[in-house]
Amino acid sequence: MAEVKYVQASRVYAKDAPPAVDALDLDIKDGEFMVLVGPSGSGKTTALRMLAGLEPLDGGRIEIGEKDVTWVPPKDRDIAMVFQNYALYPNKTVAENMGFALKMQHVHKDERARRVQEAARLLDLDDQLLGRKPKALSGGQRQRVAMGRAIVREPRVFLMDEPLSNLDAKLRVQTRAQIAELQRRLGITTVYVTHDQVEAMTMGNRVAVLAGGKLQQCDTPRQLYDNPVNQFVAGFIGSPAMNLQTVPLTEEGARLGGTVIPLPTAVRTAASQAGLRELVLGIRPEHMHLADGSGQIKGEVMLVEELGADALLHVRLAESGNQVVARAEGRKPPAPGQDVTFRVQPDDVFAFNPATGARLAG
Amino acid sequence: MTAVHARTRPPGAQRFREMSGNVGWGLIAWVLGIAFFLPVLWMVITAFKPESAAETWPPKFTFSPTLAEFRLVFSGWGPYVTHSVIATVVSTLLVLLLGVPAAYALAIHPVKRWQDGLFFFISTKMLPIVAAIGPLYVIALKTHLLDNIWLLIILYTAMNLPLAIWLIRSFMLEVPGEMLEAAELDGAGRIRQMGEVIMPVISPGLVSTALICVIFAWNELFLALNLTTTNAATLPMFLISSVPQEGLYIAHLSAAATVASVPVIIVGWVAQRSLVRGLSMGAIK
Repeated sequence: MAEVKYVQASRVYAKDAPPAVDALDLDIKDGEFMVLVGPSGSGKTTALRMLAGLEPLDGGRIEIGEKDVTWVPPKDRDIAMVFQNYALYPNKTVAENMGFALKMQHVHKDERARRVQEAARLLDLDDQLLGRKPKALSGGQRQRVAMGRAIVREPRVFLMDEPLSNLDAKLRVQTRAQIAELQRRLGITTVYVTHDQVEAMTMGNRVAVLAGGKLQQCDTPRQLYDNPVNQFVAGFIGSPAMNLQTVPLTEEGARLGGTVIPLPTAVRTAASQAGLRELVLGIRPEHMHLADGSGQIKGEVMLVEELGADALLHVRLAESGNQVVARAEGRKPPAPGQDVTFRVQPDDVFAFNPATGARLAG
Repeated sequence: MTAVHARTRPPGAQRFREMSGNVGWGLIAWVLGIAFFLPVLWMVITAFKPESAAETWPPKFTFSPTLAEFRLVFSGWGPYVTHSVIATVVSTLLVLLLGVPAAYALAIHPVKRWQDGLFFFISTKMLPIVAAIGPLYVIALKTHLLDNIWLLIILYTAMNLPLAIWLIRSFMLEVPGEMLEAAELDGAGRIRQMGEVIMPVISPGLVSTALICVIFAWNELFLALNLTTTNAATLPMFLISSVPQEGLYIAHLSAAATVASVPVIIVGWVAQRSLVRGLSMGAIK
């Protein structure tokens, strides 16, 4: 068990290209479940591979348990990794796969068998599966064997690289919960990479959002949702994504959908200090409340996506004609073509600097 | 599309078109197969004819089969087959021994300028072997390796190595990088990775590579003809020596050729499964 620390860690693939990971600073606490999330090319997998020792650092350092491991070979870092495609050895049985690392550490055969059994029990892998080859397993079973291979080592840190991406949707949701639960039970520091923000939100104690090789924000899921530091995090976290509209500034607020959305004084001050004439307004779909004609924001429903519990309304706003998404109750959603109005709580409105994407204090 | 067709055409006509298409392809396959097989069949049949019946034109299909020619072949082929087996087996083993590390350096952890290396290997196959025979002869003469089995072993190894490296490299590229990284994290060094991870995955490929090397070395004539006489002469040389200066020889030659083909056919048949698997390899995910 150990904490993990990235200190100004960088990785540059090509001389002229921007760094894949750019001066990453990240403190992961002992026993914490840390999720690295971001779109493809954000550097999240590279960051994980740097921690694994599969990718050299071009600057900065990485510590595991207060020991600098920047130049320690992977096998001596006391870590275990679960790969996206599981990377099971096809010619070895499940038990041999799970025990391979221990064999390499010259752990005695009986002890090896005991620990493999233990891990198998933890993961609900039948005894008869242990004698099979990976080829004879289902996708879900392979995934669990890959997990088992990591658990058997009893490492100080688990590294997981999109381990659920090859499972079907239903199994993914199940396994997601199992992994999170298992991690809490074992209490082993875990760094988990995913591009799926739902996975990130549901599994992580904290979530680090990366984009373009840079850390955008690292916080609890709740904080990321409630207090995104910039436009990228605001748009990335939450499903469906936050509505982001570039709107003109007025004396009291910002003009949107035929009305003026009032903005707090702090935001207006920040905007005027930055010399802005327009800003990016962010409102989450679930914060656009349908109002029977009494709301301020006006628009026309273009499309209704029924999700059962609720419905997503694609609405064309009055004046600007831009499309936004609103979440409405599933029972009686308005029909396409219908004019609607929305109410929005002032607290639920985010404002961003259109040039830098930074959140305007508010 | 098929649904539309079914409505506009009578279903019978559609069926007929599909069937006749299949029959057509089947016919072509059979004709080609027979065209390739016919000379072989002719060779095998002729091998069982007495010499007098072998030379007639048009060929006779009614004759009393005899093993006389085979007896003659087996009485004389001893040293030749020994040389062939030694040259083939040892050169193939050497090819694998040298080819696997070379392919590793070109596929798994590519060395600097690996593309140039790869091209160099295959470029050695572009020169016609006839162009090199003069220098080869002189070198063999000076090193006292003329008519020595080691000369053939060295040359057959050199001859098959480029192709083998290309083949083995392509098999190694099929080994998922993740699997090697997993092995690295598990604490397996390069040698262990080779033995425990790479080799099991590429072994069907290695078998088919070895098979191809065996066939090429077994059938090689040009080098053997020019660089050996008796002490290292191989089976193809034996076939040539079956042609006498005068007299009838077709049946005898056919018997010798049949015997010479049998090992290659057996090896091919035994390795058929791994050959197919090797040439269409895909690792599991």
